Amino acid sequence: MTFWTDPINFVADWLMGVFTGWGMAEGLAGVLIALIGIFALVTFAMLLDILLVWVERKVVARFQDRLGPNRVGPFGIFQPFADIVKLLIKEDITPIGADKIIYNLAPIFSLMSVLLLWAILPFAPKIFGVDLNVGLLYIVAAGAIGTLSIIMAGWASNNKYALMGAFRTVAQMISYEIPMVVALLIPTLLAGTMGVNGIVESQGIWFVVLSPLGALIFVISAIAELGRSPFDLNEAESEIVAGFHIEYTGMKFGLFYAGELLHAFTFGGFISVLFFGGYRFFGLENFGPIVAAVIFLLKALFFYWVIMWVKYTVPRVRIDHMLAFNWKFLTPLAFVLLMVTALVSKLLAGASAGWHAAGLFLANVVVGWLTIEILKAHARRQREREETPAQPAVQAAQH
Amino acid sequence: MQNPWIYIGLFILVGMMIPAMALMIARLIAPRKPNPIKQSTYECGIETVGDSWVQFKAQYYIFALVFLVFDVETVFLFPWAVAFDKLPLFAALEGILFILILISGLVYAWRKGALEWM
Repeated sequence: MTFWTDPINFVADWLMGVFTGWGMAEGLAGVLIALIGIFALVTFAMLLDILLVWVERKVVARFQDRLGPNRVGPFGIFQPFADIVKLLIKEDITPIGADKIIYNLAPIFSLMSVLLLWAILPFAPKIFGVDLNVGLLYIVAAGAIGTLSIIMAGWASNNKYALMGAFRTVAQMISYEIPMVVALLIPTLLAGTMGVNGIVESQGIWFVVLSPLGALIFVISAIAELGRSPFDLNEAESEIVAGFHIEYTGMKFGLFYAGELLHAFTFGGFISVLFFGGYRFFGLENFGPIVAAVIFLLKALFFYWVIMWVKYTVPRVRIDHMLAFNWKFLTPLAFVLLMVTALVSKLLAGASAGWHAAGLFLANVVVGWLTIEILKAHARRQREREETPAQPAVQAAQH
Repeated sequence: MQNPWIYIGLFILVGMMIPAMALMIARLIAPRKPNPIKQSTYECGIETVGDSWVQFKAQYYIFALVFLVFDVETVFLFPWAVAFDKLPLFAALEGILFILILISGLVYAWRKGALEWM
């Protein structure tokens, strides 16, 4: 075992030798090493977060035909550091009547819920925090803490806009959790495990080939979970100014902002882990864990960019459209897809991996085609109903 | 680490400490000159009328109830999905039947108009 084949365990074993050499008990040394590892991982996440601020601002500028930050350092790379200094020296205003404890805990919870996801993010075969056997449920659970932080912020701010923003967010997040969980069931079913490392290892053929519709549902519901445009109703500035974080200033707002960006990047990572092979890239991952980690980070950055692309291209949807899209389209489609995947996967259990993948892909194409046909028929019927004058009798029959 | 949940527990501690540290640093160096105008509730320059904890739509409750049904059901579906490779065809069909029963619940809520935003 050298540093290049297994860096984490190499360093951990070396530290273990050092600590036990000092006469420390082995259990205590293990906890201490875990703490050092967690600090390293969280620090890496926060440094990446600073970079993401710059990436976000540069990319949005390009989408909007602007230059973006370009004054502070080469290409404006030091702009986020200037932002941090500004946020730190801003006055921290707590509104009268705010529930102080909850008001101050909310930004901490917001960032913590995102950092928790990094505990199970598999960067490379042997570079990860911990391999939980219930990894996917853990993702959902950590996301629920994020929802909790938003309702805490909205409730404790003593502000009407904040409260309304929080309610909208919670309605959106709990709604879109259903298709997301069902989309998470598809990789579980195909891989036969809930651990993210196991899911990556079983992707000899990327799951996006086996279930392209599942990947699409997951990406859409992930964007909604992130609260990014077109699902950014929680901070719709034209309606409720800034939503749940309206009363937050300085570093407290900064934590919400940092949490949002890091959340988007982390979900980019999970999209790549669940459907796009994680650190696997046509055998390139065999060159060692460092190369695999770089592949993983590049993939995560790519999907982060896709999320940004959607954000800056699609306008915001209305709240009734948002809920109808989830409950009347995404959720039924996700359940139908799960059933079809289960059935086809079972029927083709004896076939080779190639035929298995081809069958599942074909099933997805058929489901997608049927969905489009049903939507077309529905739209045609609606158009006809709008063209004919409204009849009271028909209205009464519906109720 | 023998028990991964010890690691998660430590992660929660560190994950709370890092943001708390950022807030602490901000508290040390940020100026603090509160006055009643500055601390008043922000409402685009208009003074707040009445209580800030306003009434909200009952519709949110209905969506939360529908959500609860499906959220509990996933707890049953995850073990089914994990053991899927070892299951016979009959057990797979049973899982599908379970999902169908759930979908009938969704259809019922839909027909009753619970999914309409009024």
